[in-house]
Amino acid sequence: METFLGIDYSTWWFLVVGATFTGYAILDGFDLGAGAIHLFFNKEESRRIALNAIGPVWDGNEVWLVIGGGTLFAGFPKVYAAVFSAFYIPFMLFLVALIFRAISIEFRSKEPMPWWRKMWDVSYSISSIIVTLSLGVVLGNVLLGLPIDKGGVYRGSTLDFINPYAILVGITTLALFMMHGAIYLVMKTEKRLYTKLTIIVRDTTVFFVISVLLLSFYTLLYVPHLSATIKENSWLFFIPVTMVLAVANIARRISQQRYRQAFLSSAVVISLLLILVVVELHPNLVLSSLDERYNLTVQNASSSSKSLGIMLTVAAIGVPLVAIYTAFVYKTFRGKVKLDEMSY
Amino acid sequence: MDVEILSRIQFAFTIAFHYIYPPLSIGLGLCMVFMEGMYLRTGDVLYEDMTKFFTRIFALIFGIGVATGIVMEFEFGTNWAVYSKYVGDVFGSALAAEGIFAFALESGFLGVLLFGWNRVSKRVHFIATIMVTLGSMFSAIWIVVANSWQQTPAGYHIVGQGLEARAEITDFWAMVFNPSSVDRILHVWIGAFLAGSFLVISIAAYYIIKNRHMAFAKKAFGIGLTVALLSSYAQLFAGHRSAHVVAEYQPAKLAAMEGHFDSSSAAAMYLFGYIDTKNERTHGVAVPGALSFLTHFSFDAPVTGLKAFKPEDRPQALNIVFQSYHIMIAIGFALIALTTVGYILFRKKKLFEKRWLMHVFAWSVLLPQVANQVGWFTAETGRQPWVVYGLLRTSDALSEAVTANQVVFSLVLFTFVYTLLFALFIFLLNRKIQHGPGFKDSDDESEIHSPQLEGMAGNFSR
Repeated sequence: METFLGIDYSTWWFLVVGATFTGYAILDGFDLGAGAIHLFFNKEESRRIALNAIGPVWDGNEVWLVIGGGTLFAGFPKVYAAVFSAFYIPFMLFLVALIFRAISIEFRSKEPMPWWRKMWDVSYSISSIIVTLSLGVVLGNVLLGLPIDKGGVYRGSTLDFINPYAILVGITTLALFMMHGAIYLVMKTEKRLYTKLTIIVRDTTVFFVISVLLLSFYTLLYVPHLSATIKENSWLFFIPVTMVLAVANIARRISQQRYRQAFLSSAVVISLLLILVVVELHPNLVLSSLDERYNLTVQNASSSSKSLGIMLTVAAIGVPLVAIYTAFVYKTFRGKVKLDEMSY
Repeated sequence: MDVEILSRIQFAFTIAFHYIYPPLSIGLGLCMVFMEGMYLRTGDVLYEDMTKFFTRIFALIFGIGVATGIVMEFEFGTNWAVYSKYVGDVFGSALAAEGIFAFALESGFLGVLLFGWNRVSKRVHFIATIMVTLGSMFSAIWIVVANSWQQTPAGYHIVGQGLEARAEITDFWAMVFNPSSVDRILHVWIGAFLAGSFLVISIAAYYIIKNRHMAFAKKAFGIGLTVALLSSYAQLFAGHRSAHVVAEYQPAKLAAMEGHFDSSSAAAMYLFGYIDTKNERTHGVAVPGALSFLTHFSFDAPVTGLKAFKPEDRPQALNIVFQSYHIMIAIGFALIALTTVGYILFRKKKLFEKRWLMHVFAWSVLLPQVANQVGWFTAETGRQPWVVYGLLRTSDALSEAVTANQVVFSLVLFTFVYTLLFALFIFLLNRKIQHGPGFKDSDDESEIHSPQLEGMAGNFSR
């Protein structure tokens, strides 16, 4: 296996996949979260402001999902094949919700009738929630391990994806994104809506703290393989400790009205949660609940060194470019939302 | 029905639906670049209105295109797991490049295109429009490269045996520039230019028929017609080159496209007809020797016929391949005729008086759409029974974990959602067209525009 800086290509690509999904969770996380709390805004103007706060960027954020799917497909085709065919039903619901969400945002503003707008508001919010929950549920199942055989083929039944742990992960993801989205909206709003959002930030933060605590206890008690690495390497305790500090910092920054700092803290929380996932799963990507030997690992599930090398080159050229114009787009639309004739 | 046929129906249905939108985005994007370019050059607000008007339509099309496109990516994993494992090593780098180099560019700048009018300078906005269009064109490159690799694989070797067999990349550029990539990209691009330019033409023709927004409509028509004229002629060559590649690398597909059974004789090219699959004969009106000439530049050169292939290696849906192909070609020539007549009359300044022709142009938007669809049918059904030509059979590419019931569930779901989506799309598109651009349009008689009249109207209302 070829290496770069002493790390083999498969592991590099594992990091790329992890980073892409983290990027996706941070970016699309806030617009999904904004969608999930959308129905808490009652006035038409508030809803329009909330939509236009994500208007210019949500589409670009969703690109990270496509890139994430692509990096997994390209780097770990066996994992891609195993996980996607195993969770057929949740992925189909996810896709349909994703379609509804996109068209709700797009179609809502096209007609002025109140029933039309209300319909798309509901569709937008529910589909945002379904997208988030299904991602969380799939992640929860992957964390638990799947009944996959020697060939990486799923041997469970259709509805096995519904189990307490996966649902808890789903709810925690929802709470996390709602908090993240609320903080983003606070940054982008003023006056009454802003005041309302500071309350929503507080409530969603509480919701997140409760669900993440429940999830942690459940994991420690019933899913021991997900805390094994941290128990063996006590220095890794800095991850949960930093997470607690970051959550505390959100509250502090909100009270100081320094929203950008609060938003960064919530992005840090998301990153740390996903880093925890990576730390605990590594070197596996998917655990087989049938036999340890069937685990899909960074080594046995990855593409060839040649292919990974090509893609690392692609990423090395492409990612800085994407970063530059993403920064440009966010800079263009910085500041509080102002509605104009081209707004949603 | 079994999982294979259901999954094939699902894939065909979802991709056919998806394929309405990206070609429209590409073609419309190109037209918008010209419109906004004219605005920057002339400073004429009519062009600004035009760009804004088509931007709104573009947003509608783009939104549906992205949403339905994500479905395609995930379907590889959900329904075609064995295929995903087989091609991941090769296909993956094309898909990764698409995401990073194309899709991110297009979606990133879309925000500026849609919402940036008052936030960035005119020049920067124009650059954003160009970037979105370039992004959508790059997107097409990588997707067509990936598909072309399935048609004419290159730059790989096979490792493993039986269930474990998969393709591994050996040469990235050989994979990218596989024998059919370049010709197929050009063919697809031009098809997209036609789809977009005819949408512009159609909307403009509709306004002219209704005598609304005349100055706007005539200028937009001119831009659409220019793009359409050049594209329709260019497609003649791109299409021919694509067929030539098929003849060389996928002879069974070419034989199916032309209903050509016996290898021995000088091959005829059918203008239209049908294939009698039972007796292995093709009936119809044909030009003798034309196929031989087009593939080998000699009227009596033999062209490989279907009988030269084992029955299990021949495309099964022969009539679908044959008819799709012939419809595509017929439309191609119809578009050439239409744009040529349109252009001659345009130069003589008589075009907009011909009301019957305006009706034809208003409906003409359907022609490139149909041609694009049947073009894909030809390419994809003609490739059967292989999902990767000569390497992996479609029947072996399925997900083992997925049951027929699951696929039925998702198929019903998608049919419902896409039908709804299409109805909403047409409804909103129509509303946008009826609403029209925002006006400073001097010969628009349907609206009050002069300050004097507006003043009077104001007086009356007081």
